[in-house]
Amino acid sequence: MATDITEKNTAAIGEINKYDFRTESTAVFKARRGLDAEIVQQISEMKGEPAWMRDFRLRSLAIFESKPMPKWGGDIGVDFQDIFYYLKPTDHQGRTWDDVPAEIKETFDKLGIPEAEKKFLAGVKAQFESEVVYGSLQEELGNKGVIFTDTDTALREHTDLLREYFGTIIPPEDNKFAALNSAVWSGGSFIYVPKGVKIEFPLQAYFRINAESMGQFERTLIIVDEGAHVHSVEGCTAPMYSTESLHSAVVEIVVKRGARCRYTTIQNWANNIYNLVTKRAMAYRDATMEWIDGNLGSRLTMKYPAVYMMEPGARGEILSIAFSSAGQHQDAGAKLVHCAPHTTGQIISKSISKNGGRSSYRGLVKVEKGATDARCNVVCDALILDPRSRSDTYPYIEVAEQDVTIGHEASVSRIGEEQMFYLTSRGLTESEASTMIVNGFIEPLVKELPMEYAVEMNRLIQLQMEGSVG
Amino acid sequence: MDTLAISNLHVVVNEKPILKGVNLSIRRGETHALMGPNGSGKSTLGLAIMGHPQYEITAGTIQLNGQNLLEMSPDERARAGLFMAFQRPVAIPGVRMADFLRHASTNVRRPERKEGEDLIPMREFRKELRERMEQLRMDPEFARRYVNDGFSGGEMKRAEILQLAMLQPKFAILDETDSGLDADAVRLASQSIAEIGGKSMGLLIITHHDKLLEHNPPDFTHVMLGGRIVETGTFELAIELHQQGYDRIRAANPDADADNQAMTVKTEQVGA
Repeated sequence: MATDITEKNTAAIGEINKYDFRTESTAVFKARRGLDAEIVQQISEMKGEPAWMRDFRLRSLAIFESKPMPKWGGDIGVDFQDIFYYLKPTDHQGRTWDDVPAEIKETFDKLGIPEAEKKFLAGVKAQFESEVVYGSLQEELGNKGVIFTDTDTALREHTDLLREYFGTIIPPEDNKFAALNSAVWSGGSFIYVPKGVKIEFPLQAYFRINAESMGQFERTLIIVDEGAHVHSVEGCTAPMYSTESLHSAVVEIVVKRGARCRYTTIQNWANNIYNLVTKRAMAYRDATMEWIDGNLGSRLTMKYPAVYMMEPGARGEILSIAFSSAGQHQDAGAKLVHCAPHTTGQIISKSISKNGGRSSYRGLVKVEKGATDARCNVVCDALILDPRSRSDTYPYIEVAEQDVTIGHEASVSRIGEEQMFYLTSRGLTESEASTMIVNGFIEPLVKELPMEYAVEMNRLIQLQMEGSVG
Repeated sequence: MDTLAISNLHVVVNEKPILKGVNLSIRRGETHALMGPNGSGKSTLGLAIMGHPQYEITAGTIQLNGQNLLEMSPDERARAGLFMAFQRPVAIPGVRMADFLRHASTNVRRPERKEGEDLIPMREFRKELRERMEQLRMDPEFARRYVNDGFSGGEMKRAEILQLAMLQPKFAILDETDSGLDADAVRLASQSIAEIGGKSMGLLIITHHDKLLEHNPPDFTHVMLGGRIVETGTFELAIELHQQGYDRIRAANPDADADNQAMTVKTEQVGA
């Protein structure tokens, strides 16, 4: 077996700033670099998966290999053979906080997770390298029949439920990176909310990448049964590395009749990360799906959360913020597909570009034949902080019906000299003033976030903005 | 005694000369009224003192206690104790009045504060802001609104006075803080400026009327014409100008009047 056992990552512990640090990581298993059928089989074997999952992975690998790289979006400079596809930090999953290894706790401490948990976390799901190592879930949820676990555990313990939906919302054929994730996926969250159960607090998961050249391919599946409500939150702050790193997740969500689901993501990737994510939800009769998506950092992000409105009365909402700085390209957007009559959708997208960063909005609104009385509104606002930065808008609209209402507004603005003068004349420095203007620009979305995340979002923006004017 | 001294100030905006040698000295505790027909350069003087980047100083000096203001950025000038209430303040969407004011107040009160250092504690600041707003008879809800966003003309002017009250500068320039307000609102504004301690500041009140001066009687009234101060008098001069207009001044200063007319025509052409 061509595997290195107990490979030690001797990265120095050096805190450059709160969101850019590494902790020494003692991995007990690390697959060799590269991607082929043998690696995929090994991953499946290590996890002790059933044959159908192994076959699904192998089939997905073949699809991945047969699909060309996308010719649109951004420049994906990833060498797929130079990546580790699987890493397992500890043999056993931590049941309680005491079981979690000290160095992993240290990483979480720096992220402020325990405090966050004290305040309002219901359950923490943290992905450290490739597996969820710590998960806590309030008993209350268990008693209501809610399942909130990592996807590997779900595969073992809720096999039938998982198998019914897994890969049905985003099949491996969907796109090259969905196929890649399907072949090598590891970790991610699995949530099932039974009929009529309304979870009043957000369920949270933190993900991090923490091994050089380590791909992270989490796989999330959420099933919200009839009349149920859930809000799932994931946060991401990645340490900085010098070599390329790939993050390619898949998030599948089913929102059944009369149910509601909100999925909030705040991602702050290091500058070398390629973040290529497929997120899609199917909303059935009178169901509501909301994606709230904040993207900071990364070398390239390509992410377009989608809602397919499958039955009458379904509603899809996507709010997104993208922030790109030097060497970063955010190609982010949204996709709304009206497949049934009387469905409504809304997209609000805000992007900020500075120091030569590039933000693109790429969105699709599609009305299928028969989806009469579909209503959809798209608003995208871009803020460009300096002449070197760039913003593009690619709105696609495909309508196969007559009786529909579609609105589209787009604006591009620069921070005005008068706004800067006004704020600086009140004693704010230029950089404080521009940070304040940027925070104001994204305020309509930030106010939708849980408080802890809103605070973090503002802090991240501040870090991004520091020293940006001069 | 704190002194703001302006000497032989020449200012050019978009390559047009606007101020042509302004001399003015204000000591803290004094109130100066600045009057003059449209386009005479009153607002330009205020914006130049505050350091607006579009206002280029081609000659002359502005000093605060002997310190050269022209070498300072607008935020440094604010921290040194200068303030200007704008005629048409801009909106900053998404930024709450309270957050903005807490940041501004901290910086102005602790001029040596570095970016990222703590702000005035929230509880302490909220209490002070609430008291100030009560004093100015403002709805507490106002603190939660976005800076000047969707404000009526009157609300904008009240917001500027609230900022003046919170920042307590050494010197304040009030640029037509009465324009667009009805008679009652002007009286309230005038009273408010006095109540928040206008007398302890050096005030330069730019106005066309005498109402704003009612509670803030000027020690000096200056008349600006064609980019110069052509006459200085007492409160009586302000009352005379409000009642009788600028004909006497224009007749007495034909060169400045010709300049003023030329400047006004150019401004209109640019505007059209």
